[in-house]
Amino acid sequence: MDDDTRPKLDYATLGQHRSYLMRYALLQLRDATAAEDAVQETLLAGVEGAARFSGKSSVKTWLTGILKHKIIDHVRRESREVPLNEDADGAERSDAEAVDALFVADGHWRTPPADWANPDRALENKKFLEVLEMCAKLMPARMARVFALREVMELSTEEICKELGITATNCWVILHRARLSLRECLETKWFGK
Amino acid sequence: MIRVIPSCQEVSELVSQAQDRPLTLAEKFGLYVHLPLCHGCRNFSRQVAFLRAAVKRYLKGDNAD
Repeated sequence: MDDDTRPKLDYATLGQHRSYLMRYALLQLRDATAAEDAVQETLLAGVEGAARFSGKSSVKTWLTGILKHKIIDHVRRESREVPLNEDADGAERSDAEAVDALFVADGHWRTPPADWANPDRALENKKFLEVLEMCAKLMPARMARVFALREVMELSTEEICKELGITATNCWVILHRARLSLRECLETKWFGK
Repeated sequence: MIRVIPSCQEVSELVSQAQDRPLTLAEKFGLYVHLPLCHGCRNFSRQVAFLRAAVKRYLKGDNAD
């Protein structure tokens, strides 16, 4: 790419992507200060590394890539400071109980998932996206962390296992619980109305 | 051991795991026999796919920034 067509990558230009990067960071970190920090570091790294931007992807995709690294660093630090298995027994038991409560003893749904009217239209509704955000925040911390690594960061199960030091089976169990929890919350808070 | 027809709870696990890894033939067969008979699990299956789309839509935000 020659200099004429290279987009100007100063702080102000990169800052246009701030709100997107914040949503991305918030869903993963669930802590406004940590998210602000990660986004700020990303924009600064972007300005410093502007010369390395190849122009093969969009600026937004490039910045998201940098942010992913910042978030993974944060999750690593956090996992070291507050290990996922801290109080694992307590958290594990209450998560398992929450799932068990959704099924009766023979494995049938206690209340089968209902028909959702116009889910595609909900996606275009700002209020619905706020409910989604709220439901994600209601998930227990370790469940939310694994879910976000999978669905926001789009890491594979293997990568998540490596980052968090858990087994693949454990990872699938947690993701299953997360999806049940999120589904339940959306049905109660949005689709059931 | 997998019974021929898995329970709703087992089906919900398989439907979820199908988002994260390829299912084995036996597991696919389990879904194949269970889902046509079970309205609740069909809904669950659609909704799990919807969750993925919803997270993507949330990240996109109001404007295509």
